[in-house]
Amino acid sequence: MEKRQVMGKRLNRLDGIAKASGKAKYASDMNPDGLLYGVLLTSPHAHCNIKSIDTTEAKAVPGVTSIRVIIGAGKEVQWRGAEIASVAATSEPAARDAVRKIKVEYEILPHLVKEAELSKTGARARPSGEQISGDPEKGFAEADVTSEGVYGLPVITHCCLEPHGQVVRWSGDKIDYWPSTQNVSAVGGDLAKSLGVEVTSVNVDMQYMGGGFGSKFPADLWATEAAYHSKESGGRPVKMFLDRATELSIAGNRPSVYGKVKVAAKADGTMTAWQSETWGSGGMTGGGLNADLFPYVFRQVPNRKVNHTAVSLNMGSARAWRAPNHPQQAYITFSAMEDLAAKLKMDPIDFFKKNMGTVRQDFRPAYERQLAKGMELIEWKKNWHQRGDSGRGPVKRGLGVGFSTWGGLGHDSKCRTTINPDGSVEVEIGSQDIGTAVRTMIAMVTAETTGLDYTRIKVKLGDNHYPASGASGGSTTTGGVSVSSRKAAANALEKLFEKIAPLLNSTADQLEARDNTIRVKGDPSRSISWTAACQKLGIEKITEMGENVGRNAGKEGLITQGVAGVQMADVSVDVETGVVKMNKLVIVQDCGLVVNPKTAESQGYGAGIMTICAALMEERITDQVLGKVLNADMEFYKLASMNDIGEIIVHMDIHPDNDKRGIIGLGEPVAIGGMAAIGNAVANAIGLRVPTLPLTPDRVLAALGGKGRLA
Amino acid sequence: MSSKKDRTERVIASSPPKAEPKSAFSRRGFLQGAGAGATVLTTALLNEQEAEAAALSASGPGAVEISLNVNGSDMKTKVEPRETLLDTLRDHLDLTAAKRVCDRGTCGACTIMMDGKVVYGCTVLAIDAMGRKIETLESLSPKSGKAHPIIQAFVNNDAQQCGYCTPGFVMASKAFLDKNPNPTYEDVKKGLGGNLCRCGTYMGIRKAVLEAAEVIKTGGARA
Repeated sequence: MEKRQVMGKRLNRLDGIAKASGKAKYASDMNPDGLLYGVLLTSPHAHCNIKSIDTTEAKAVPGVTSIRVIIGAGKEVQWRGAEIASVAATSEPAARDAVRKIKVEYEILPHLVKEAELSKTGARARPSGEQISGDPEKGFAEADVTSEGVYGLPVITHCCLEPHGQVVRWSGDKIDYWPSTQNVSAVGGDLAKSLGVEVTSVNVDMQYMGGGFGSKFPADLWATEAAYHSKESGGRPVKMFLDRATELSIAGNRPSVYGKVKVAAKADGTMTAWQSETWGSGGMTGGGLNADLFPYVFRQVPNRKVNHTAVSLNMGSARAWRAPNHPQQAYITFSAMEDLAAKLKMDPIDFFKKNMGTVRQDFRPAYERQLAKGMELIEWKKNWHQRGDSGRGPVKRGLGVGFSTWGGLGHDSKCRTTINPDGSVEVEIGSQDIGTAVRTMIAMVTAETTGLDYTRIKVKLGDNHYPASGASGGSTTTGGVSVSSRKAAANALEKLFEKIAPLLNSTADQLEARDNTIRVKGDPSRSISWTAACQKLGIEKITEMGENVGRNAGKEGLITQGVAGVQMADVSVDVETGVVKMNKLVIVQDCGLVVNPKTAESQGYGAGIMTICAALMEERITDQVLGKVLNADMEFYKLASMNDIGEIIVHMDIHPDNDKRGIIGLGEPVAIGGMAAIGNAVANAIGLRVPTLPLTPDRVLAALGGKGRLA
Repeated sequence: MSSKKDRTERVIASSPPKAEPKSAFSRRGFLQGAGAGATVLTTALLNEQEAEAAALSASGPGAVEISLNVNGSDMKTKVEPRETLLDTLRDHLDLTAAKRVCDRGTCGACTIMMDGKVVYGCTVLAIDAMGRKIETLESLSPKSGKAHPIIQAFVNNDAQQCGYCTPGFVMASKAFLDKNPNPTYEDVKKGLGGNLCRCGTYMGIRKAVLEAAEVIKTGGARA
């Protein structure tokens, strides 16, 4: 750890100035010559047949270059917001005018857009089947205390600030594709497949992207539509990005989960049985989860009975959402466990510790350590009280805790590193920086390896002609690109050492690169500056590859998987208004070797704020009569502002034991346990459970009035 | 889909009262085209003088030539009267620092300055910005020289992730610090509460704005 020169330092992200000055060009900022604008007509009904569609008037709108029907007459539309037709025009207002002039006759069919009340979902509910381990009946019979409760989290949407979309230019046999994607190396092939062209004809370029959170992997229908419009116009580029309402309706969501839970323990807190019946929906497809993972983290409870029912709704489908299913399972598990602890009159920390034996063995020491650190940072001993024992005034304060776990490792990744005769170093990798500072981390790994300042490393990514690297999902990017860039740099350096060794009267294996010089190990007087060394290359540059093979990565020791984290919340609740105020959120997280603590902490802060949004504000609200999303905008689809989040403390668990495990991704693990921590803090404050997130004033007041319920 | 129309109507309603002019057929056609019943009602209350003023400023419904003063330069372009200043900057003038996110004055990603006041570019019509002094984030980065202290402070405090809200935040911070050169931590939290970030960069932004205030105070600001 101490020997490292670059990794582990708190360094500024390399593209920070470009972004903060507005010079960074996102796909949605591209204005190539001759640009056309594409707009979608989406279904105003949740379920309908298209009886007829007439584009005659739309075609006559000045500026319109082409109109395409996606779902034609006689076809069924299965969800609100489904793409029916698309228009390209020389200006966006013209394209929108034309969309309004498309005449569609709909035959409206019955729909279902709400799922909180399972009994009302009828044949749309598909149970996955009961799974039993141990003897649940015996487990409940042996218990001294049993707690039963209902808990729920509604559908929330990714709400990426840069909407889904792209600019596409299909000219001759060449397609230039500027997407907003988490998947630079593969998204071009995805588009090529949809269009029936060779993958080699698609050039992907994406230097910056405005948020994905799991929703931006494929080349969407919007990309193929834009491509066809481009082709029909004779090769003019087409920009097609979703408007905000469409973005919040069909560009992915996090499935809801509602559940009835029964959990029991001995008087000393030892859990004896868990039973959960959960259900949820991710729209037309999705909404399934692995019920076998209940209770989350504390999974080895001896007797369990679990079942999950996926409900299909006439709404846009779910997409991966930062740690798929983990936040929901964490919320339901830790809410139910905290309710049981309260019934036992136990401090929940003691209760969770008491049941640490049901946690994966190798995680137990980490959780114990993190609980201790979290308690210190949130002043648990000073501020915790028995549930509801929060004084006489209208403002009640409470504390709560949640846990998280995630895998990691690294996706497949190839990297090409070039040392040029002028001393410059280029790293080419078909990856993407979705906001996690990947560009900076690749430069840091390369700088560490070559002994150079990290600002001297030119990292080139966002292009599908660079060596392929995986999609940014599952917290696998930092792991994947760190290994491939480390190996490529080491291989290139080895070649440079072989060139330089004779000049230093040494051999390649005796050289080291540090402080922008190459020198003989143990004899710093025999050294040559990096620049001078590279000049010896003459006209020949050194180019070497490095590779991470995902399935082998764990064996090599550079990266690993399996992390633990603890989140704790401190809230104040005004029982007269129902308003919940965040005082503090503490995140204690292990992620192995931390490449850049500054940007790692940012992941923690960001995930913490996301969990505050989901716990207190965010909810996709649908109306069963209208069959639509009522808040597909940013006014009523609420996100936290800077003034809503209280204080956040991120404590990265940096120490030698973690460091030697190697690099582990961080994006997902920090985004899991916070909702449970906040929900538990509210219950601790007001003395009872508010069953369903978000904990809005109406729900808090309803619960206080004895009317807390799922829907 | 209806947002553009709503905007058009809103702006008509908030424009200075204008009469149905005797000779301005183009304007009358525009009003009818927009179907703005409320505006027609208003027109009955107006006087002759105002009618004349309205006739002179009539424009549309097709694209019209306009001139905008952006970052100290006069720029000419052709826009439809219903196009927002934000879309005009981004689509016609290739000034893409301001971002279109909510497109209805909620999130602040399109924050710019007009006559020294902070505005959302998505809630101003381009034709209403004529004759105003418009400043976008691009104005903080001249071709050479060091980064503006606010920009540098955002980088130093890692006050950005995907970066899509960042230009709006930097401009909002500029406007905030112009008015509040000595802010407290609490002032910053409240003063910048009108901009939204999805990645969750608020902790860094709080620190960045305080750092920028210090640097500007001690002479770090460029002219």
